[in-house]
Amino acid sequence: MSAPQLLVHEKKDTVGVVVVEGLKAGTDMLCVVTHDNSAFHLTSKMDVPIGHKVALTDIKAGDTIWKYGQDIGIAKADIAKGEHVHIHNAKTKRW
Amino acid sequence: MSNIAMFHAQTAPNPFRGGAPDQLITKATPKALASADYANATVRGWRRENGRVGVRNHVVILPLDDLSNAACEAVAAHVKGTMALPHAYGRLQFGEDLEIHFRTLIGIGSNPNVAAVVVIGIEDQWTNRVVEGIAKTGKPVVGFGIELNGDIATVAKASYEAKRFVQWANELPQEDCPISDLWISTKCGESDTTTGLSSCPTVGNMYDKLIPHGIYGVFGETSEITGAEHLCKERAATPEVAEKWFKMWKSYQDDVIEAHKTDDLSDSQPTKGNIAGGLTTIEEKALGNLEKIGRECRYIDALEPAEAPAKGPGLYYMDTSSAAAECVTLMAAAGYVIHTFPTGQGNVIGNPIVPVIKISGNPRTIRTMGEHIDVDVSGVLRREMTIPEAGDALIDMIVRTANGRLTAAESLGHREFVMTKLYRSA
Repeated sequence: MSAPQLLVHEKKDTVGVVVVEGLKAGTDMLCVVTHDNSAFHLTSKMDVPIGHKVALTDIKAGDTIWKYGQDIGIAKADIAKGEHVHIHNAKTKRW
Repeated sequence: MSNIAMFHAQTAPNPFRGGAPDQLITKATPKALASADYANATVRGWRRENGRVGVRNHVVILPLDDLSNAACEAVAAHVKGTMALPHAYGRLQFGEDLEIHFRTLIGIGSNPNVAAVVVIGIEDQWTNRVVEGIAKTGKPVVGFGIELNGDIATVAKASYEAKRFVQWANELPQEDCPISDLWISTKCGESDTTTGLSSCPTVGNMYDKLIPHGIYGVFGETSEITGAEHLCKERAATPEVAEKWFKMWKSYQDDVIEAHKTDDLSDSQPTKGNIAGGLTTIEEKALGNLEKIGRECRYIDALEPAEAPAKGPGLYYMDTSSAAAECVTLMAAAGYVIHTFPTGQGNVIGNPIVPVIKISGNPRTIRTMGEHIDVDVSGVLRREMTIPEAGDALIDMIVRTANGRLTAAESLGHREFVMTKLYRSA
């Protein structure tokens, strides 16, 4: 298998992590779910830095965001599949 | 032309990119090993008077208080092969804050990585309390009070003892010790999303392989469990330990955050470095953090800061700050001799008496500041290396470090020694 651009922890997750530098909008990303090594493809809608997250599905404002198969916070805005997910459109539920 | 120094934003290409090849090529074993394969593994160590094994052989000049730093540093400058541990506190502390101060100093002096200790304090009584605490290990320790002597006479007297100690310590033989004699701590720093994918589960795999052989482990970072506390509670060995842990976590929420917050912890959790690395929320950070305790092990007790574990071999939790130097100092004071430190964005921390092994999976960090990294697990992100293979690479580096290889932090002179302070002094 060639090196993936995006890693996803669990099947249930709604975000994945970019693991290469300089990812450009429009890239057809090879995505791998680390839990079971299954693979799929997704097109990045934006330039996304290494380590940052991409939405795997359309996420509505107020939706819970899932990573590690766990609740990691809430969407502050609608996020389209393939878009960058970070502090501008997601936040903690703790404070 | 002005000679005023300007802040240099490091946007230009770094001409010194990358570390030494030795640091960057951490080969995995051809086939991942199982826990049983480490049953007969050994390291070269110093077996101390109390039976504990150290992997370093320091002679420490230990100040009781801030006032005694100058004398300690003078002794260490005079007597080669000794090391002063200056710090900021030790005057007019009281209650639990004072107890942690003593526990930390006595614990650092008692750590098996330390062969002998010279303690210097402003007055005799508290100095002797530290000396007597360290003496319980059976190792050589002596103390000096500055009052009625002055710095110069104190430095002279302390230098004679320090010279005697260092010449004695340098002849102490190392011996082959089972890997089960190691006490290995962990705490991550400058985390990002790659730590949860690679370097933290690498440490978890190491614990899953070595804890069954009888090593002591410890993790902490009370504030950074927030968001994964339900999972952390489930990993306690018994319901009683789970309750003890949960009380510690809850008390931090109530007594520290609620009492001192101005709005919330968003300004520091996640940190600016975490956010630059892609971490968005404290829950996400905590879930990555908890990957360090692996899949199999259960923690058998929840320790106070700097408290030595007393329930035998196994994994422990310690109530610590998540600030790297404070946390590693408390774990060193509890008796841990090697620290494993996953980092994403590149935390450069070290400790004066405990080798801190850095593990990173972030290829940008390896590329831009590889000289700080001991174990490169970026192959996990490329799917060229499995987590069990990364665990083997870490254990290999633990053995090499125990056998004498200086860590990146040691060779770069990182000696962050930071006392935990609970509240204002009297």
